[in-house]
Amino acid sequence: MNNEVKIKAKNVNFYYGNKQVLENIDLEFYQNRVSALIGPSGCGKSTFIRLFNRMNDLISNTRMEGKIYLDNIDINGKNVDVVKIRRLVGMVFQKPNPFPKTIYENVSYGLEVNGIKDKKSIEEKVIESLDRAALWREVKDRLHDSALGLSGGQQQRLCIARCLAVEPEVILFDEPCASLDPISTRSIEELILELKKYYTIVIVTHNMQQAARISDFTAFLYLGELIEFGPTEKLFTVPKEKTTEEYLTGKFG
Amino acid sequence: MKNKITQNLGFFLLFFSIITTLFFLGAIIYFISVNGLKVINWEFLTQVPRKGMTEGGIAPAIVGTFYLTFGAILFSLPLGLACAIYLCEYSPKSYVVNIIRMSINNLAGVPSVVFGLFGLTVFVKFFGFGVSILSGSLTLGIMVLPQIISASQEALLAVPQSYREASLALGATHWQTTKKMVVPAALPGILTGVILSIGRVAGETAPILFTAATYYTRGYPDSVFSEVMALPYHIYALMTEGTHPEKQTEIAYGCSLVLLILVLLVSTLAIVLRQRQRGEL
Amino acid sequence: MKFTIRAGVVKENIYKWVFAVSAFASLLFLVGITITLFIEGLPIFKEVGFFDLLFGKLWYPTYDPADFGIFPLIMGTVWVTVGALVVCVILGVGSALYINELAGKKQRAILKPMIEILAAIPSIVYGFFGMVIVAPFIQNLLGLPTGLCAFTGSLILGIMALPTVCSIAEDALSFVPKSFREASLALGANRWQTMVRVVIPAAGSGISTAIILGMSRAVGETMTVLMVTGGAAVIPHSFFDPVRPMTSTIAAEMGEAVMGGAHYHALFAIGLILFLITFIFNVIAETISRKYRLKLGLSG
Ligand SMILES: Nc1ncnc2c1ncn2[C@@H]1O[C@H](COP(=O)(O)OP(=O)(O)OP(=O)(O)O)[C@@H](O)[C@H]1O
Ligand SMILES: [Mg+2]
Repeated sequence: MNNEVKIKAKNVNFYYGNKQVLENIDLEFYQNRVSALIGPSGCGKSTFIRLFNRMNDLISNTRMEGKIYLDNIDINGKNVDVVKIRRLVGMVFQKPNPFPKTIYENVSYGLEVNGIKDKKSIEEKVIESLDRAALWREVKDRLHDSALGLSGGQQQRLCIARCLAVEPEVILFDEPCASLDPISTRSIEELILELKKYYTIVIVTHNMQQAARISDFTAFLYLGELIEFGPTEKLFTVPKEKTTEEYLTGKFG
Repeated sequence: MKNKITQNLGFFLLFFSIITTLFFLGAIIYFISVNGLKVINWEFLTQVPRKGMTEGGIAPAIVGTFYLTFGAILFSLPLGLACAIYLCEYSPKSYVVNIIRMSINNLAGVPSVVFGLFGLTVFVKFFGFGVSILSGSLTLGIMVLPQIISASQEALLAVPQSYREASLALGATHWQTTKKMVVPAALPGILTGVILSIGRVAGETAPILFTAATYYTRGYPDSVFSEVMALPYHIYALMTEGTHPEKQTEIAYGCSLVLLILVLLVSTLAIVLRQRQRGEL
Repeated sequence: MKFTIRAGVVKENIYKWVFAVSAFASLLFLVGITITLFIEGLPIFKEVGFFDLLFGKLWYPTYDPADFGIFPLIMGTVWVTVGALVVCVILGVGSALYINELAGKKQRAILKPMIEILAAIPSIVYGFFGMVIVAPFIQNLLGLPTGLCAFTGSLILGIMALPTVCSIAEDALSFVPKSFREASLALGANRWQTMVRVVIPAAGSGISTAIILGMSRAVGETMTVLMVTGGAAVIPHSFFDPVRPMTSTIAAEMGEAVMGGAHYHALFAIGLILFLITFIFNVIAETISRKYRLKLGLSG
């Protein structure tokens, strides 16, 4: 199995004001693979993945050094449209954040803003996305109810469906199961394994079992630095670095 | 022991303050209602005034107030909302925010009669709109602009940042996010603010004294360049002009009650709406 | 290429500029008001002289030769405002303290909307109420020649400005951290002592802001004073004299002033003075509240 590079971070430094939170990170994520980012709270995992869809642009007084490549194109380049980047790189957030609209509208929103006007194809796409997100059976009778009435796990799957609808190539998950119960977590994990057939997936997680269960590659971040990166199996069984081993065995974090 | 007495005395004073305040509120509503109800009937609400304001109804004044209020909101809502959107969604530089915020605060503190002077000079004279619905609406609109801006700002700020992030992450542009996501989510709050402003505009007198209002019109206004009767000005005119003080006072009671009901309905509606919204969040 | 800039960007920039320009509307109007008042008000300063206009004791704008001394009007405003201040500070701050410190949750849920309703009542209704109910009552009660005087004006105006004072003060009080109160109570102070020595000083600048804004409201209020204060343009000697504050002078006389005449300009000059006074009040209030926010670590 050969691994094609989809995203590449090169020499990335990141600052909130004067505070540096990412130091010299070099990392590659591969097509159709699930890559997990683990590390103790505050080590910069969210900050890091938010660089791939340029979400950090929204926060004022921040600065990035280095380069991020998507398909070998520098996403911070001069002629690059951030909106297009975000269409190709979808994101699912830590807390389920469906819009205060109906279930249907939540999914159709992304299609509409992407300029799709045809009612029929929007509807097809909505159904397809909900189906892929393993939510269709549960909501097909209440498509026009408010999304806020769904359970936490359903809301998160709705957010995934919403994200799938715009056909991204990469999906970033920032602790998607952090606020969910074990059963919902299970279903989201299964979903991610299914989605990897079509997408490149990066997932931030606190939960090492989760990383072990679903990821092909794992990166361990500590205090803003990349300590170790490699195939999940290797990293979990024979870590190269002492810090990684300590973290995995629960000595800190 | 002495401490206990001071405390009781102090607490009694505070109690006295709130009771006095409520007493005045009650007194105003009571006296206006009791006397106003005597003259209010269907004819009073639907007829034009007759016999030098001593008989007939106040329909033109109700209609005039409606036009003026509608015009003022029509002018100030788009402008105020746009300003709030700029401040909240486009995160301008902090010195720009400061200049704008200072302007808004100071505009909010300008005495209402001074708005009247401004409207007189600029709309009535300079632009030649004359004493008219148009001049009055614009003047009132400028007066409530700060209130509309603050209400819209508050509503926009209450929209969770996560909605904006989710929308942008789906590849919506900034403008699409604002138009399709943020403003609709803020709409209930904005509406509440607008409703409160309606109450304020409908009751203002000083800004329309020289820009829109007149004591008496034979019928209803036929264009935006017509002078109008307005409820608040009508009360003033009834009390200070004319030759039948007693008859006029009765009518003024009726007018006041109509205005009071209008304004209180509107603000109660706003208060209830707002409490609902706060409960939801 | 799939990443390059869309055509829509130009359109979005246009929207941004439309919003930016609208955002400056308030500044535009504020500057417009200032310019208007200066242009229309300054001629009378030239004609009468700065000092004579401000401190002239006679206001006979329609006589021939006319007198344009606005000192009596200024004094009218001062008396009425000071009176109103007494009423609205005592009742407003008192009510705010009651609502925040003594009232239970249920009471508060009723009292706060009540105060808002008081704020929503139009000034003309206050004026009318003052004229037909309060003034005759006070006249009979105190055996005055007329109930339309500075005292009645102050009372009504105070009630009107009360909601402003009450709600801002109430906000300030609610910002005082619970730990302050608990610390004081733990030291054995009773609730009243805690309130007077800890809570009120902690909310001090917020309460001052409230008072200044209430004062600004009272100075600028027009219809109420126009209807209730009696309208005599002479320097008052007691609270029971009729007075003619600045706002009501403008409101009452603009209709009869000849456009572009000396009287007309004089009324604009009064408007200018009013504008400057309230402007200064607002700047002071703003400065205090900004410092206060910084102190509490709240954002701008
Ligand atoms: N908007 C911000 N402004 C300033 N500092 C920030 C901001 N967001 C995050 N930080 C800081 O940057 C560091 C990295 O934060 P980040 O959210 O990326 O960590 P994380 O690894 O995702 O943590 P967690 O597991 O708790 O989500 C932290 O020290 C955090 O305090
Ligand atoms: Mg995080």
